[in-house]
Amino acid sequence: MASFSKFGNDLYTGARSYNIVGRRKIWYAIAIFMVLASVIIPFARGGFQFSIDFTGGSEFQISGLKNPDQTIAVDTVTKFDSTATPLVSTVAGNTVRVQTNQLTTKQTDALGDQLAKAYDVPAKDVATSFIGATWGGDITTQAIRGLVIFLILAAIFMTIYFRTWKMAAAAMVSLIHDLVITAGVYGVLGFQVSPAAVIGFLTILGYSLYDTVVVFDKIRENNAEDKNGSARTFGESVNLAVNQTLVRSINTSVVALLPVAAILFIGSLLLGAGTLRDISLSLFIGILVGTYSTIFIAAPVYAQIRGHETLVKKADAKKTDSKSKLEVTS
Amino acid sequence: MRKLSFYVARSTPAKKALRSLTWLLVIIAAITALNGAATILHKTTNSTAGWWSNASFVPELALDLQGGTQVTLQAQLQSGKTVSSDQLNQAVSIIRQRINANGVTEAEINTQGKNNIVVSIPGKPDAATLNRIESAARLTFRPVLYTEQVSSSSVGKSASATPYVPSKTLDAKPTAKPTDASDVSWISARLADLYTNYNCAAPDDVSNAPDDKPLVTCSTDDSGSTSKFILGPVEVEGSTISDATSGLATNSQGNSTGQWAVNINFNGKGTTEFKNVTSRLVSLTAPRNQFAIVLDGLVITAPSTNSAITDGSAQITGTFTSDTAKTLADQLKFGALPINFQVQSNEAISATLGKTQLLSGLIAGLIGLILVIIYSIIQYRALAFVTVLSLAISGVITYLTIDFLSWHDGYRLSLAGVAGLIVAIGITADSFIVYFERIRDELRDGRVLESAVEAGWKRAIRTILASDTVNFLAAVTLYILAVGNVKGFALTLLITTLIDVVVVTLFTHPMLRLIARTRYFGGGHRFSGLDPNALGAVYRGRASFREPVVAGGRKKAGGKEVEKRQTIAERRAAEAAAAKEAASEKTQGTTSEKDS
Repeated sequence: MASFSKFGNDLYTGARSYNIVGRRKIWYAIAIFMVLASVIIPFARGGFQFSIDFTGGSEFQISGLKNPDQTIAVDTVTKFDSTATPLVSTVAGNTVRVQTNQLTTKQTDALGDQLAKAYDVPAKDVATSFIGATWGGDITTQAIRGLVIFLILAAIFMTIYFRTWKMAAAAMVSLIHDLVITAGVYGVLGFQVSPAAVIGFLTILGYSLYDTVVVFDKIRENNAEDKNGSARTFGESVNLAVNQTLVRSINTSVVALLPVAAILFIGSLLLGAGTLRDISLSLFIGILVGTYSTIFIAAPVYAQIRGHETLVKKADAKKTDSKSKLEVTS
Repeated sequence: MRKLSFYVARSTPAKKALRSLTWLLVIIAAITALNGAATILHKTTNSTAGWWSNASFVPELALDLQGGTQVTLQAQLQSGKTVSSDQLNQAVSIIRQRINANGVTEAEINTQGKNNIVVSIPGKPDAATLNRIESAARLTFRPVLYTEQVSSSSVGKSASATPYVPSKTLDAKPTAKPTDASDVSWISARLADLYTNYNCAAPDDVSNAPDDKPLVTCSTDDSGSTSKFILGPVEVEGSTISDATSGLATNSQGNSTGQWAVNINFNGKGTTEFKNVTSRLVSLTAPRNQFAIVLDGLVITAPSTNSAITDGSAQITGTFTSDTAKTLADQLKFGALPINFQVQSNEAISATLGKTQLLSGLIAGLIGLILVIIYSIIQYRALAFVTVLSLAISGVITYLTIDFLSWHDGYRLSLAGVAGLIVAIGITADSFIVYFERIRDELRDGRVLESAVEAGWKRAIRTILASDTVNFLAAVTLYILAVGNVKGFALTLLITTLIDVVVVTLFTHPMLRLIARTRYFGGGHRFSGLDPNALGAVYRGRASFREPVVAGGRKKAGGKEVEKRQTIAERRAAEAAAAKEAASEKTQGTTSEKDS
């Protein structure tokens, strides 16, 4: 049993090497399966569930209270509908404001009566109304516009920095993979998509590209050094870089996941559904998938699209030729 | 091995390291002093006017954690009209932009019922903020037909509030068919009578006055010199404004006049219309060479035309303060509300999540942090103390920065923001991990620690800057373009990304330069996390290491392929030899039995 740093050494020298780039068809198959599952299962379940911040809902105002206790409202609504997560706050010190998912008129009346009973006030003191979304269409439009411009800028930056658009393309492929799967988990588990979850998605977007750039920078370094005189084919050179940064990838994802896991654990076990669970779940999945996809999607895709270049093909053919004379191990 | 400690020997890297650390101290001290000075000024002067207003050492919390004020706005309609949901949504969007222009408050705005808009703002909004939100801000340009100053003595608050209605017997038709908007024949007998009896102390609400008719109104000038106007029909619409900014006005020499102004840029349509108006007015006599800028029915200012303005950029000056100029510019930029609103209620609202959620979040963050520290110690041994100190330093700078943004720009920390900051621990730690792994790679290539630190840094900083640039791009783009929660998120990302770069260059790297000179680390103590033997570099003699047998290193990558591509037998033999050589050093110092 070798130590972790021995593991790192072996990966660095090539004494131990995982043939990740070579087995790309397996990873592609897994990715296609995961992406399809992330699209089909939520679709089959009837689409995503959005929180009232997106959809708007019903609002109850219970006024004239001497002691506006928020927990009574939470309990009443949960008893009325166990899946509901009401937003409760006190207004002006004597009114309790309860916001729930959109209810039918009948349901609204029923819940209004129950709230009045629970707070021991006459039914006329419970005012009801429909409320619109706080996360309106305009926020989404602006955010999507921002995202598209960011992705274009990021692609331009990567193309300039790495001096090839193919790295940018590979990074974008793995980014889409990450986002679809992260969103898919919400659909599959039937979790509500709240603004906190969306903020989590946005963080993942940055993290996925960030992680890819770190590994690609090593690939760039190796490719530059392997260009002349090395017997490694292009794919092998990429594979070596992935292996050499494997320890870093593991360490970074563990370090990034530990705080998120702590929030997810405390958020969902102690507090139940809410902002903490929403944001940490998308981050937890996203960081895992983001790290995975850099290694198993971005790097193989890059090796493949570069492999079609005539120059790379020629050089690889030459190297494979001369190497077949040696006994090759991997 | 070096025997001199870094206190004595000050070679260039050590000097550079100390200089970087000094800079870091200066930065931290400067933000602390800024926050401190502002807090003291705020506490002692109790004034809200200065740059220090609302300063404190504790950042403000957002709506979800702290509560705030809920303002209900009701649409004011002319009788018989209804508000469409489109109009209401449009108003929500404009109000949101207006609020956002004032900082990153993460306010919540939504419709309620069919006529109301509910705005929830953290803290207590002042009158100016309320005005910024509810003001319709419909701006029009009308030519002046007639004007005179009203003496301030006759303007009393006690004046009758009932609007004057001219007798129906007076002719309401223009005296002749007007040829253009500046034609005095617009002034009918009835209009003249209305003008004579119009009371500027109790002006009518003319914010919904028809655009194609002349208008009697007053200026909003509150300095005591109010003017009464008869204005022609609307010639340029405020909606043709493409951009509006506020700033100090400059004269033709480009020097500041010390007067606040709102600068307006028109779009193509507005530019043409404005050119037509000004080229006609320039040849007319006073007061008909003036055009009035009318906001919600009241004249803000009525400058006279000195020349035709053809480039579509105009400047409004009046009795603006820096605040009122900014308010007007924001209102113009983000457009006029499609309907007038009035504040119906203004009530305190409690937090939806409360302190328990925040506390749980913070406890979770603390547990996460402890786990991160334990993991770094397993992975990096004594080197973990650099990680922990670096995280602590970035924690301090982050807190100070957020505190600064809180009182200076109205940034509010929401629970999602707190979670984002906790997650940033991972991204910040990644910079250290990338750096440490690069140093280890250099050690594996047989370098001594001091040169490994320098060489590893050169490679690591490239990667760190490149990957942080991606986050930086995301943060800046979203900050500029997005609104609401997304804007707040972008700011958090921006802060943590920049602080990451600052800490890794001004703290982590200098610290490694310094510790590389110590006997403990430089000598590669087996608990230092930088033990060359554990890293596969083979000890060859005093302070020099042979390259690992199975070399994959970059340094001699070319031409040594036979050595690299050994058979298993060859490799095993080489490894056995290496192990024998290193046996006395007890190579396996590290644990974490993670092997796959």
